[in-house]
Amino acid sequence: MRMPSAEELKQATKSTCKRPMPSQNPEERVHHFTEVALGYTEEDALLEAARCLGCKTEECRQGCPVDIAIPDFIKKIKTGNYVGAALKIKETSSLPAICGRVCPQESQCEKYCVRGKKGEPVGIGRLERFVADYERAQGTVKVPEIAPANGIKVAIIGSGPAGLTCAGELAKMGYSVTIFEALHVAGGVLMYGIPEFRLPKDIVQADIGYVRQLGVDIQTNVVIGRTMKVDELMEQGYQAIFIGTGAGLPNFMGIPGENLNGVYSANEFLTRVNLMKGYRFPEYLTPIRIGKRVAILGAGNVAMDSARCAKRLGAEEVYIVYRRSEKEMPARAEEVEHAHEEGILFHLLTQPVEIKGDQENWVKELVCVKCELGEPDASGRRSPINIAGSEYSLPVETVVVAIGQSPNPLIQTTTQGLKTGRHGTIDANSDGQTSRIGIFAGGDIVTGAATVILAMGAGRKAAAAMDKYLKS
Amino acid sequence: MYQILKKQELIPDLMILFEVQAPLVAASCQAGQFVMLRKDEIGERIPLTIADFDRGHGTITVIFQVVGKSTQLMAKLNEGDYFLDFAGPLGQPSHIEKFGRVIMVGGGVGVAPIHPIAREMKLAGNEVISILGARSHDLLILENEMEKVSSEIIVTTDDGSYGRQGFVTEVLKELMTERGGIDLVVAIGPMVMMQAVCDVTKEVGIPTVVSLNPIMVDGTGMCGACRVEVGTDTKFACVDGPEFDGHKVNWTLARQRALMFTEEEKRAMFEHHNEGSGCRCGCHQQKN
Ligand SMILES: Cc1cc2nc3c(=O)[nH]c(=O)nc-3n(C[C@H](O)[C@H](O)[C@H](O)COP(=O)(O)OP(=O)(O)OC[C@H]3O[C@@H](n4cnc5c(N)ncnc54)[C@H](O)[C@@H]3O)c2cc1C
Ligand SMILES: Cc1cc2nc3c(=O)[nH]c(=O)nc-3n(C[C@H](O)[C@H](O)[C@H](O)COP(=O)(O)OP(=O)(O)OC[C@H]3O[C@@H](n4cnc5c(N)ncnc54)[C@H](O)[C@@H]3O)c2cc1C
Ligand code: SF4
Ligand code: SF4
Ligand code: FES
Repeated sequence: MRMPSAEELKQATKSTCKRPMPSQNPEERVHHFTEVALGYTEEDALLEAARCLGCKTEECRQGCPVDIAIPDFIKKIKTGNYVGAALKIKETSSLPAICGRVCPQESQCEKYCVRGKKGEPVGIGRLERFVADYERAQGTVKVPEIAPANGIKVAIIGSGPAGLTCAGELAKMGYSVTIFEALHVAGGVLMYGIPEFRLPKDIVQADIGYVRQLGVDIQTNVVIGRTMKVDELMEQGYQAIFIGTGAGLPNFMGIPGENLNGVYSANEFLTRVNLMKGYRFPEYLTPIRIGKRVAILGAGNVAMDSARCAKRLGAEEVYIVYRRSEKEMPARAEEVEHAHEEGILFHLLTQPVEIKGDQENWVKELVCVKCELGEPDASGRRSPINIAGSEYSLPVETVVVAIGQSPNPLIQTTTQGLKTGRHGTIDANSDGQTSRIGIFAGGDIVTGAATVILAMGAGRKAAAAMDKYLKS
Repeated sequence: MYQILKKQELIPDLMILFEVQAPLVAASCQAGQFVMLRKDEIGERIPLTIADFDRGHGTITVIFQVVGKSTQLMAKLNEGDYFLDFAGPLGQPSHIEKFGRVIMVGGGVGVAPIHPIAREMKLAGNEVISILGARSHDLLILENEMEKVSSEIIVTTDDGSYGRQGFVTEVLKELMTERGGIDLVVAIGPMVMMQAVCDVTKEVGIPTVVSLNPIMVDGTGMCGACRVEVGTDTKFACVDGPEFDGHKVNWTLARQRALMFTEEEKRAMFEHHNEGSGCRCGCHQQKN
């Protein structure tokens, strides 16, 4: 392994650019599902860490939802103490290998980094990923000290980042923790949504393995609300319950033709591809069908993931169809950049209005109308206005609707006295306390579709509040 | 892991009954609901209606017809083997109350899901007349079981090899004219049959419930693969159904959506993959 010289390190401190992430080249990577970003080498990590000024004011920390001691962990990298750096991060975050890969850093920690004022910010996420991967590769991941068992049973519903984090924290405090998960594997969106080429599943499984090592029992194939109700869990002696069931209900646009053959919700498309490994059909038995031309409606992370999966499944042309401009796209900057590199075509300021089919009910074309941006709406984003007479049609065989997800309603409709918000979310305060005593909630089910790190942070806070509740 | 306690080949290699150890499902299931199961790591999630359950022993009975790759592989499992995954109960239970005179129409493997509903209907005090349809005598299942839970049963076969010759709809029409007073029809079977039944009952306005079996992935409301049009609404069959008002179902769409993966299903049947995974084309033998 090449190590940087003292001179190179000195030069690096002056660099206004982030050290680039070693990545597979686009022409090659669109043919398979292996991870695109290869991760920093030790040399890269040392050179990037050298750019950190170790600011006393710790500006970067304000941008991190779980308040990771960023300057401290980077300082440990500088001294070559990578495992120490990983442990530092783990004081407040339980999933660094995952967050280092999928956090929207540009709008969180890196947005506040002082180096970002002149040039690019420090690559905090990339460094976080490096130390987490380093620790795992060394096999040095150790189970922390666990408080003696206190015999108190708690139940966690859903095994996404919110549920996993909450479970892990409570297990460390000595509680007897059971996770109930509706699907056949744990991990939530990390397993069924985000594709392998962006977040390898063995990394997710390693983190889930860690939660199991802490003593958490994970029961898959249990759909709470159907197999058992929340109140039955209470009757079975679970003294507190955390609901982390996420936002898994696919939204459709409500335009004509959405039920034609060849139209998928992003959830169906990604679940077939990722969770069921449809990209390895027929070795794996769940099929996925893709046309030569594919239109993805929407421009968030879910849309970018769908587009890049479609390309890898062999689609010749993949379009992102989005009614606002590039600036308003909600996806992480890196995903958009990767999509561009992979040849995804962007139809921006374009509103889909109808999907037309052939005689056998298969998608044939997407009818669109051009838009311009008007005044900012309540969310501060400029709202699109259709331009009269600008209708045109895009020939496609597959359409993936990726315009967002709503909270899963099953628990809310089968649990008495649980207050819900306007969009089907469960009402909870900042500690995760819901309207029912002993029942807590956090993650996408409370906030609506958000981010991994926010879900994780909510799980952590709720664990602390549950501990307080159970001890009082 | 969910162990198979009993296997019965109702029709060898074609219609298989499994009794599976699944105490949590057995504790809470009701007639009309279904399970999602997966044979092994490479398997699909397959929806099957709960054909029977035993809360005391914690078991669920499923009955399925071999139609494609997954069901073919499942048919090879034996007593003592396991399903890797078995989740449920899913979907809405059947709506059971005292309607009066109820006609249950079961076609082919559809007799299996009809059975527990007929039993509950009878227990609720209804007169239950069951019409069972099969292509021929050797494809008829659960005749004795249906007899026990019905006030009366009538069997039809397409080829006349047993019972009456003809389609279930002919018997239904007769009952409508000769006896009248029919308060509800429940029809489960191939889509063409359910649609034909609805055509017959719609004219005279007899409420008709059908159980739809669209393609599903998760079975919990997360993917929308199972969407069907009922009246002017799009519904997810796995959470809003699987039972719907048959008079409102958009059958054309439902039939076309069932064909979404026909080509892939054929590929799955004929392309061999892992060793020993049941390729029937004979290519393995030739190589050796
Ligand atoms: C395709 C895609 C890409 C994304 N990309 C990013 C990204 O790059 N960066 C980022 O920060 N965020 C991203 N997100 C968002 C992020 O994944 C979510 O915000 C996060 O996973 C929410 O975590 P959660 O624990 O609240 O819920 P989820 O991860 O949704 O987990 C909920 C779990 O609960 C289970 N469940 C639901 N109902 C029940 C029930 N009744 N009984 C038992 N179990 C139940 C579900 O099966 C699921 O496993 C992405 C989301 C998607 C869909
Ligand atoms: C709620 C529900 C209850 C059902 N109950 C029963 C039952 O009790 N007994 C029974 O024999 N069958 C039942 N089915 C149908 C059964 O799930 C399919 O026959 C099975 O999935 C076919 O798998 P395959 O790989 O063997 O066949 P394939 O070759 O994949 O397909 C053959 C046929 O099955 C349909 N099909 C394929 N995949 C699925 C899927 N994932 N979900 C639904 N249909 C699919 C296809 O449209 C096609 O017509 C039910 C379906 C649903 C939705
Ligand atoms: S968890 Fe996310 S926001 Fe926090 S430091 Fe890591 S990458 Fe930045
Ligand atoms: S703000 Fe930037 S430079 Fe300063 S400590 Fe944080 S990461 Fe380092
Ligand atoms: S099967 Fe996925 S929503 Fe019904």
